[in-house]
Amino acid sequence: MENAVGEVQNILVLGGRSEIGVAIARELVTPSTRRVTLACRQPGESREVEASLARNGLSVESVSFDGADTSSHAEFVDNVVASGGDLDVVILAFGVLGSQEQCDDDAQSAVKIAHTNYTGAVSIAMEVAKRFRQQGHGRLIILSSVAGERTRKANYVYGSTKAGLDAFAQGLSDAMVGTGASVMIVRPGFVHSAMTTGMKAAPFSTTPDVVAKLTVKGLRAGKRIVWTPGILRWVFMVMRHLPVAIWRRMPMG
Amino acid sequence: METDFTTSRLTGWGRTAPSSARTAEVSRGDVAAFIKDSNRRGVLMRGLGRSYGDAAQNAGGVVLTLQGSAQEAILDVEAGTLTAGAGVSLHDLLKVIVPRGFFVPVTPGTRFVTVGGAVASDIHGKNHHVEGSFGNHVRRLTLMLADGTIHEIGPDQNPTLFWATIGGMGLTGVILEATFSLIPIETSLCTVNTIRCRNIDELIEEMSHGDDDHRYSVAWADLLSTGSRLGRSVLWRGDHTKLAELSSKEAAQALRYEPRHLASVPPVVPSVGFVNKLSSSLFNELWFRKEPRRKEGGHKSIPSYFHPLDAIGSWNRLYGAGGFLQYQFALPFGREDELRQIIEKVVISKTASPLVVLKRFGASNPAPLSFPMPGWTLTVDIPARAEGLGHLLHSIDEMVMQSGGRHYLAKDAHTTPLAISQGYPRLEEWKHIQRSVDPDRRWQSDLARRLELI
Repeated sequence: MENAVGEVQNILVLGGRSEIGVAIARELVTPSTRRVTLACRQPGESREVEASLARNGLSVESVSFDGADTSSHAEFVDNVVASGGDLDVVILAFGVLGSQEQCDDDAQSAVKIAHTNYTGAVSIAMEVAKRFRQQGHGRLIILSSVAGERTRKANYVYGSTKAGLDAFAQGLSDAMVGTGASVMIVRPGFVHSAMTTGMKAAPFSTTPDVVAKLTVKGLRAGKRIVWTPGILRWVFMVMRHLPVAIWRRMPMG
Repeated sequence: METDFTTSRLTGWGRTAPSSARTAEVSRGDVAAFIKDSNRRGVLMRGLGRSYGDAAQNAGGVVLTLQGSAQEAILDVEAGTLTAGAGVSLHDLLKVIVPRGFFVPVTPGTRFVTVGGAVASDIHGKNHHVEGSFGNHVRRLTLMLADGTIHEIGPDQNPTLFWATIGGMGLTGVILEATFSLIPIETSLCTVNTIRCRNIDELIEEMSHGDDDHRYSVAWADLLSTGSRLGRSVLWRGDHTKLAELSSKEAAQALRYEPRHLASVPPVVPSVGFVNKLSSSLFNELWFRKEPRRKEGGHKSIPSYFHPLDAIGSWNRLYGAGGFLQYQFALPFGREDELRQIIEKVVISKTASPLVVLKRFGASNPAPLSFPMPGWTLTVDIPARAEGLGHLLHSIDEMVMQSGGRHYLAKDAHTTPLAISQGYPRLEEWKHIQRSVDPDRRWQSDLARRLELI
């Protein structure tokens, strides 16, 4: 359960190897927290992450989860709840960035990105939402991206999955009003992480820790949408309306 | 019978940590049917929602409110006892019994609590140091168990289940009715002595030596002053006024009881609320200055002495959308240094808290989960969104645990299962009794889930 100052007892990270997902979990952990479950494809590979979260009185566990395997999602949620109890916060942080060039050569690469980032995310979010309605509380954090605010030629497949997911999350957020549960959307800008290693940073780039801090602050304040950094909200208010001719030629691609 | 539920978003009086449940207002006869219609998330009874935290919430489950009427309560004038439905409020009962020369055995700072809530929380009041908590005065309870059977229990009749139900937070069964003793009164006034204390040491000294001469005693401390004025306070001690103390004109309407409603806080308050450092400082300065250094024998009405905040409807809205916590703990006698340190910690944290109450407790009762213990209890109101509040409260929890103290379940909205298991050494004994009457976990609450009570 969540307490009066927004401290939670049970956290589930979908995408247990996502640096942002784990950073948010770490930021959420307080002496009230009893359990963090890291859900990822290869649970054996998250030992380091588990160790980094470890503390007295907190159980950290990795479980097998494949975002793309939508047929397993219902059972997955049942199992997590059966072993760990009510889900207080679920962080939907999995996703692949992929390579736009590869997609250009092989349509199946694009399909794979779309399937994992959108279809897979929708599937597990629906299962989590169903569970939240049953338990009468819970917070789902969905990691969107500014890449979905206006897709750009450098990563429009990825961007479009985030645009779809963001739209889905907004609808789900509205649908959850009155259920005791809520959905929060996080729209980070360029984040320095393993996912973006070697890429040229976009303006207003940030780090997983900053995203985590702003996310948890937003969660405790009851925000529906959080931009990280916050200035991106205003930047994209302008970007969204730039004439195509200019947008296409923007230096960040 | 058709069971008709509404889905409601519920919080405690502090308006924090909402959760959703299927709710219904039911008559005594319908309780069993509604309980049968529950799912794995269980059932909980809810009174007037005056518990500050999540004690009267049951996320995803059923939450029932019991109807009740003070007109149906039975007053036994001879025995000085009252039998009332669990859903009846002290507010409604007082209107019936005060004019007939009786007062409730224990009243908290609000009269808007139900009889069932008073039993389940084993509430205490300003008379704890001499008369104990509400459970001490209960003669008999009618309790519906998880299997739908109805049982009469009391201190001499199934005392194990009786005491597990006193302070049992509604987790042993549905309290349907209670019989409890009343205090005979000659007038509806209280004779109040006021003492202004310069700091916490002076207050502790004064309470340790003078409290036992009075039925009621409580102090308000100002947690905004520091140094030698740390814990400057006003101590009010009182007794029910005797008829002989009144003039003949006053005596003619000695038992008049007219609680007044001054105003209500509107539903829309700026999201930051009205309670901040400036408003608190001003408020504290004013009430502290208003009281004389020492005044003996002023008369106050029951509402103004016992329930001053009840005159303002929905005063909890003053804290804005973020809500607030009422953090209350008790420390045993001999831990006055730790009490001082905790007060200092709250002062340094600069979290606005205009209402800080210190009370000296008397003896405990046999209930395993009853909160009061011989010692001191401090109550602090804090806006829930105060910066760094979680950290502050965990560090105070730590000090409470190390001092052999405990937290009040009816107020709690923040603490951990560890603090509760340490603060209530008889928790395991209580759990054992609870499980024996509810093997299928019919009774559940958010509080019970959060603090691992069941």
